[in-house]
Amino acid sequence: MTFDYAPAPESRAVVDIASHYGLFIDGEFVETIDGTTFKTVNPATEEVLSEVTEAGAADVERAVKAARTAYKQTWSKMPGRERAKYLYRIARIIQERSRELAVLETLDNGKPIRESRDVDIPLVAAHFFYHAGWADKIAYAGYGDRAYGVAGQIIPWNFPLLMLAWKIAPALACGNTVVLKPAETTPLTALAFADICRQADLPPGVVNIVTGAGQTGRLLVESPGVDKVAFTGSTEVGRQIQRALAGTRKGLTLELGGKAANIVFDDAPVDEAIEGIVNGIFFNQGHVCCAGSRLLVQESVHDEVLDALKRRLATLRMGDPMDKNTDIGAINSFEQQSRIDDLVRAGEDEGADRWSAPCTIPERGWWFPPTVFTGVTQAHRIAREEIFGPVLSVLTFRTPDEAVEKANNTPFGLSAGVWSEKGSRILWMASRLRAGVVWANTFNRFDPASPFGGYKESGFGREGGRQGLAAYLKQEVV
Amino acid sequence: MMEGRLDVRKTYKLFIGGAFPRSESGRTYAVTDAKGRFLANASLASRKDARDAVLAARAAQGGWWSATAYNRGQILYRIAEMMEGRRAQFEDEIERAEGVSTRRAVAQVDACIDRWVWYAGWSDKIAQVLGSSNPVAGPYFNFSVPEPTGVVAAIAPQRPSLLGLVSVVAPIIVSGNTCVVIASAECPLPAITLAEVLATSDLPGGVVNVLTGAPGEIGPWLASHADVNALDLTGVVDDGVATEMAVAAAETITRVLPPPASPPDWSADPGLGRIRAFVETTTVWHPQGV
Repeated sequence: MTFDYAPAPESRAVVDIASHYGLFIDGEFVETIDGTTFKTVNPATEEVLSEVTEAGAADVERAVKAARTAYKQTWSKMPGRERAKYLYRIARIIQERSRELAVLETLDNGKPIRESRDVDIPLVAAHFFYHAGWADKIAYAGYGDRAYGVAGQIIPWNFPLLMLAWKIAPALACGNTVVLKPAETTPLTALAFADICRQADLPPGVVNIVTGAGQTGRLLVESPGVDKVAFTGSTEVGRQIQRALAGTRKGLTLELGGKAANIVFDDAPVDEAIEGIVNGIFFNQGHVCCAGSRLLVQESVHDEVLDALKRRLATLRMGDPMDKNTDIGAINSFEQQSRIDDLVRAGEDEGADRWSAPCTIPERGWWFPPTVFTGVTQAHRIAREEIFGPVLSVLTFRTPDEAVEKANNTPFGLSAGVWSEKGSRILWMASRLRAGVVWANTFNRFDPASPFGGYKESGFGREGGRQGLAAYLKQEVV
Repeated sequence: MMEGRLDVRKTYKLFIGGAFPRSESGRTYAVTDAKGRFLANASLASRKDARDAVLAARAAQGGWWSATAYNRGQILYRIAEMMEGRRAQFEDEIERAEGVSTRRAVAQVDACIDRWVWYAGWSDKIAQVLGSSNPVAGPYFNFSVPEPTGVVAAIAPQRPSLLGLVSVVAPIIVSGNTCVVIASAECPLPAITLAEVLATSDLPGGVVNVLTGAPGEIGPWLASHADVNALDLTGVVDDGVATEMAVAAAETITRVLPPPASPPDWSADPGLGRIRAFVETTTVWHPQGV
């Protein structure tokens, strides 16, 4: 006898999506001057959710100008304790509207409602709370207290509202005003956030949201009125931004790609490690820059770990992201699905062994089943390139030294995982891994008090924690 | 110079991997004093020398990083001791190279020695000041520690030739980075004499590599080198060269400390800015439980 899950859909009645959105500039939704429009779709159904504005050059300049005026006339003159209260207000409204935001995020992004409801949105509120408290204590952080002025911020589609919070909360706490561009496939929660700013009576121009694609982002980066650029996204775009800003003296922080090693030693608690591996690479469909996409497993436990992993993966439920029992949602876009397809094909062509979980693929929308490659070598593309999808490459090692060498053998350095019951070994590993975040006997944990960011081609600067404030305070080096 | 005796002159070479090689290119350039009189022929470092220096810096980085902070501090302090012992030579070289008064040359050497002492003391405090224990909302122990960025390529200021060099190099290496530095092109001789001090201060070979030559020629090679993790452009005076190097650095997301907006006051308290520019933060999570 088998038991089936009954459908448990979250209601979408809680959201009210307009058929068209303008740009949020100077405290108002305005129509574009020289832009166009584009459609945002639900990746699980291909249903068009809304028509959104693609900001043009005049729009971006208007937003930057509004941010500059707000910085000069309001925000830079306001005492920190007052800025703090605005951030607290925003945090509270996010909590109040959390279900609406979770549903909106899932509709626009395709991630399971369980994740947007239990992970993304609570972390968004926490991030504003944490930084609200800093706003009147900046002088204690050790980075001076000089804001840059206007921050231009560009965020990706994998955690749309959470990435907005990571950018806007510290920027405002440190006294900057912002122009933020959400990703073109996931603009809706950023537009809802604009409404939250209005409900909080945030002074006009302190937060401006310009929607659009790469060209809008480029205009924002290159705008002479922007004093600091913060970008989260691909290493390739990060490189272009760094190049564009070379010689300009603008501030820059980059949070880019990753190819994290999740290292399992033979003394690791297997059941916990399996959950950590699953969470590491299949959380959010693997659309996570710090995903544990390379499993480094000690040779002696390779078969045991792989068998347990496949058993566990076979129980994951892929499908309607709005269903509360869904583990794996939709791939965010057709483009992303094609990129995953390409790399998976390369993995097969280069001789690695592919195994995919037996999932039923829904007829509409974009999907990819949890996939594991064994017999992977360091030369394989699937071991070197960021896939940004639910694809795990398994490599083996014999000694801790070999594990460190293989883990560090990548141009990236965002995160790493270590699984072992031996405390001394974990600390030894942590001090040798060239990664900004090391999760020991856990994976993919986030907290506003915990700095996040990479080494090498994973970018520079940190987000979160005391160290994250440095990204929004101008420092003179003697 | 003694009457009746011909003095023995020094050949000024490069300092790479703890050794003093000539430029592999065989090139030299004539270094003159402030009045244009010949002082010595310095090596004119080439692209290949720059690559050799990066290789040496990379090879030394792991060992220098894993040395204890206490040990690194002792070695930096030892450099100060060794400079003190040879201060007359430094004073003489600075005076002749820069054409400054004896009093100013002495003051510059004083400041150099004191700077080594200042940074020596920082080695085992950096993690306490820049690191943190983070109160995350869950049953985890979470801490952040500063770690060295890796290999840093630096362009030292033209003047003050020695204090500028020391002020750039000391904050790079104190946290466990290794470096390749291009010395003042006009006044390179004190830098090579400093290298002799470094070579006899228990500093592992390759931690500091000193090149003499044209920053505009070898700088861009260092900037585009994939194994260079960070660039210190403090001594770059030409905006075009600075931008060219910063553009090249972007290829591998190399960190860049831009040239100062206005000429720095090298006698001022250096602060933490230079140390901070060349460290990364690693944050470690571990569950708590029984």
